[in-house]
Amino acid sequence: MMPAVLDFVVLGLLVVVAIAVVLQRNLFAAVMLTGMYSLLSAAWMLVLDAPDVAYTEAAVGAGVSTVLLLSTLALTTDREREPPRLEPGPLFVALMTGVVLLYGVLDVPAFGDPASPVHLHVAPHYLLESPHEIGVPNVITAVLASYRGFDTFGETTVVLTAAVGVLALLRRRPAPPPEGAA
Amino acid sequence: MTGTRDILRVVSKSLIPFIALFALYTQFHGDYGPGGGFQAGVILAAAFVVYALVEGLPALDAAFPPRVREILAAVGVLIYGGVGVISMALGAVFLDYDVLAHDPHHGQHYGILLVELGVGVTVCSVMVALFGAFAARGRPA
Repeated sequence: MMPAVLDFVVLGLLVVVAIAVVLQRNLFAAVMLTGMYSLLSAAWMLVLDAPDVAYTEAAVGAGVSTVLLLSTLALTTDREREPPRLEPGPLFVALMTGVVLLYGVLDVPAFGDPASPVHLHVAPHYLLESPHEIGVPNVITAVLASYRGFDTFGETTVVLTAAVGVLALLRRRPAPPPEGAA
Repeated sequence: MTGTRDILRVVSKSLIPFIALFALYTQFHGDYGPGGGFQAGVILAAAFVVYALVEGLPALDAAFPPRVREILAAVGVLIYGGVGVISMALGAVFLDYDVLAHDPHHGQHYGILLVELGVGVTVCSVMVALFGAFAARGRPA
């Protein structure tokens, strides 16, 4: 069992980095800080015994997203154009949203509660039966690729569809024909 | 190219084979440990991104041409869907791997391996294609 102090250190660092991202005016530094935030999230997932999620967060959040944001900065600029001002309206909306979300958290089952709905539906079946039905040691792989193969097929299609959309927008087209040629 | 840039290139390039090997490990060891097609695809894409960062975009386009990326992105989804169609042809429902081999456990093993391969191929190609699309915008036409 991980010592509880680790929970507080990782979560505290997440808060510190999040505030640093908001206060940072240099966009290059802000991108680096979001990468740090992702790496800390990955560490947090590891503390929660979810190595598969930590793996994905480290590779996508800290790795590829950071590179994509940096290549966007290379196309634009790494300075914010004008310093943001404190607007009371949006501040109020953001604070109220936070209060509502915190209120909603009160109804969430306690972390690791064995009686929470998510642990009573299909999860016991997956955990008890996957060695006999699937025969794969990693239950997460068994759930993702076999029990929920339809979901993963859909997700793979979403990845392809997203790429089609981005490439349709960003891919370099041949130079447009001169006026009157078309 | 200055001398310091050369050090960066040599050190970064020597890391690429290890990143790619780790991606393959993640891909094919997903049944036993953490990982799977999605993570493996992203890690392999990271190897290509590192290559593009040290050698430049033309080198990446030569190693993994844009046309091949776009085709492989669709091929991955076709591998995944194809496994489902094969299981239907063998008399089971879509994506029921039990019928892929005589022993249902082996069938599940093959099925999971193949669909994860499809996921990995699509994710890797898509990630490299997205990076390429962003990076190519910065170059003069």
